Amino acid sequence: MSYNMTNVLGILFANTHEGSVPELASKRTMASIPFGGRFRMVDFPLSGMSNSGMSKIGIITRANYQSLLDHIGSARPWDLSRTDGGLTLLAPFGRNTDTGLFRGKLEALYSCISFIRHTDCEYTVLTDCDLVINPDFHHLVDAHIESGADITAVCHTDEYTEEETKDASCFKLGENGRVEAVAINRAMAGRRTMDLNIYVMKTSLLISLVEDLVSLGKYSFSRDVLQEKAGELDIRAYEFDGFYRRICDLDSYYKANMALLDHENLAKLVKSERPVYTKDRADAPARYGFNCSVKNSLIANGCIIEGVVENSILFRGVKVGKGTIVKNAILMQDTVVGKDCCLLNVITDKNVTVNDGQTVTSAESCPLYISKGRTL
Amino acid sequence: MYNKKECVAMLLAGGQGSRLYALTKKVAKPAVPYGGKYRIIDFPLSNCVNSGIDTVGVLTQYQPLVLNDYIGNGQAWNLDRIHGGVHILPPYQTAAGAQWYEGTANAIYQNLSFIERYDPEYVVILSGDHIYKMDYSEMLRYHKEKNAECTIAVIDVPIHEASRFGIMFAHDDGSVYDFVEKPKEPKSTLASMGIYIFSTATLKKYLTENEMDTTATKDFGKNIIPALLQNGERVFAYRFEGYWKDVGTIDSLWDANMELLAANVDLDLYDSSWRIYSNNDSAAPHIIGKDARIQSSMVTNGCYIDGDVEFSVISGGVTIEEGAKVQYSVLFPGAVIKKGAVVEYAIVGEDSVIRENAHVGAAPETIEEKDAWGVAVVGQNIEVGEGKAVAPKQIISESI
Repeated sequence: MSYNMTNVLGILFANTHEGSVPELASKRTMASIPFGGRFRMVDFPLSGMSNSGMSKIGIITRANYQSLLDHIGSARPWDLSRTDGGLTLLAPFGRNTDTGLFRGKLEALYSCISFIRHTDCEYTVLTDCDLVINPDFHHLVDAHIESGADITAVCHTDEYTEEETKDASCFKLGENGRVEAVAINRAMAGRRTMDLNIYVMKTSLLISLVEDLVSLGKYSFSRDVLQEKAGELDIRAYEFDGFYRRICDLDSYYKANMALLDHENLAKLVKSERPVYTKDRADAPARYGFNCSVKNSLIANGCIIEGVVENSILFRGVKVGKGTIVKNAILMQDTVVGKDCCLLNVITDKNVTVNDGQTVTSAESCPLYISKGRTL
Repeated sequence: MYNKKECVAMLLAGGQGSRLYALTKKVAKPAVPYGGKYRIIDFPLSNCVNSGIDTVGVLTQYQPLVLNDYIGNGQAWNLDRIHGGVHILPPYQTAAGAQWYEGTANAIYQNLSFIERYDPEYVVILSGDHIYKMDYSEMLRYHKEKNAECTIAVIDVPIHEASRFGIMFAHDDGSVYDFVEKPKEPKSTLASMGIYIFSTATLKKYLTENEMDTTATKDFGKNIIPALLQNGERVFAYRFEGYWKDVGTIDSLWDANMELLAANVDLDLYDSSWRIYSNNDSAAPHIIGKDARIQSSMVTNGCYIDGDVEFSVISGGVTIEEGAKVQYSVLFPGAVIKKGAVVEYAIVGEDSVIRENAHVGAAPETIEEKDAWGVAVVGQNIEVGEGKAVAPKQIISESI
């Protein structure tokens, strides 16, 4: 087995699953949705790949990618600004035959097939940006090669609700973890093996699958590859049993953020030997005022807190005024809450301003979302 | 020949900072942490880049490892440039032999060839000892306006403090007619900030002459400035108004951190028009736990805080366990305060551990003898054992 991780290409799909969080993705890609106080969703797969030694990575994006471009910049924060390879943004209309409206992963991959070929990597890892996860891709690729499978799909077996399975694929596994059948978007509660949409295969196999299937008018990786070819190809499941959360609606987004208030979860996600990188913005440390009260919260640099904050996540540069109470809330970057306000069970997007004396509350099981830039 | 630059900066970062004792045992003074996420050198470096100076030589000598690693390629300060950028300049060997930097003037003299590569009209000389925000381009404009050979930044200090500084005497037009290093009975309150702008030819001339003088101590304050004045060169004082703090002693370093917690801080670190950059690790936001109580403090990324914290500056990656108490203290990156430990009026060095129920420092009001009180210091990467105590004013550099 002679390969190293620089010989593994990473392809990220920036836009998949956007329909599941229309509020957050109205002005950005799935990949650039803010998460956990300072990160964006794309930071998780990108950091994981970079930490695993991968150095050639492409991000396929379809639309709405201004925020993603802004976030990625030169890719230096992920150590992916390289002379050879590094991070490449694969925007639509890359060729003049492109319609820019690919219907699924196969068509998306077809639009950048020359990039994939040109990187000349033996293996390719595909991933979406809907997971809060910090996987060891090196271990995954090793396992793939070891097993001799054609395709290895990362999955997690657990008790799932109908809500969680309604827009996901579940595997039926046979001997040696071989995928025998795939159920797509079937809301089935119970113990399931869920597809986490991270795949590894030989680049040559990927290219031939894409070219063959697209010429037949097929576009779905889940349906036309995993489901249709489960008998023909040796597709194996790779059980991931570390900490992860999948964002499949606003509720799961809220809960996934709140999960980080558990110190142990955060430590599992952001390991010191495999940090999660993100764009830095040179904020000063967070500042706590006289007589403020903060408990059970995740606070980023640049925050200035004068009031009461509990069970909440404050992104960079958030301000909470005197006499204000913030509970069970997610306040994204540069949200400014004035004096004597009350915010309960809310999610504010970036640059929201809440003027003095306002009360914004929602029921505990149903956080209220306030869109980017609004003033209350 | 490289691209010509109008102005390059030379940052003197080789000093040991011996008055910081245990805190500079393994790092040079400019690499000492400050304000939670910064190191002292962030201030002159950020000032340079914000002033439009994109070529900075950093002269290192004492314990350069942390400093070199921290500066890296300068990217954190936008100083990774194709032409110019930040350059680490350690002492080097030549055909004539090898020599350590002997004094500030000699350090610059040994690196004249670095300056010549950029053929600048002006050279800014900076030190890595102070916390301040300053637009060097304003000072350069003043230097040009006055047609000066050398401009020295000065700040008004209280007369009772003036004996700690180099004191300038200037006419109303700003021209300097006398300079006294640390006078016993100061007659002026214009203190030199250790920031000089030289016209390059003048700098070269005086540095070279100073080198010829075998009796000279090869220091800007002691030799170069007096020589300029003696020869009647055009030396001007540039008055700076704003926050400026020497952090060269334990007390002043502690004070400068505490000042950040005041309601009206003169030094605004949250001002996005003059950012202070630092080379950050990529830690997650910090967690304030269920049992925590926190007020009047600054906390940086990567911390886990479940104890009581007030009037303290907490650097990145610090852990303060449940039931621990930290007040009026400065915790450097990676410090760990275990359950039941108390840290008050203290500075705890990088990666040091204060074990269960240990007690570091004390509040001044609890000490009968006023002279016995002072900030307690725990050095870098050591342990204060379970139940052990570090007295106020005590400085420890080995585990106890």
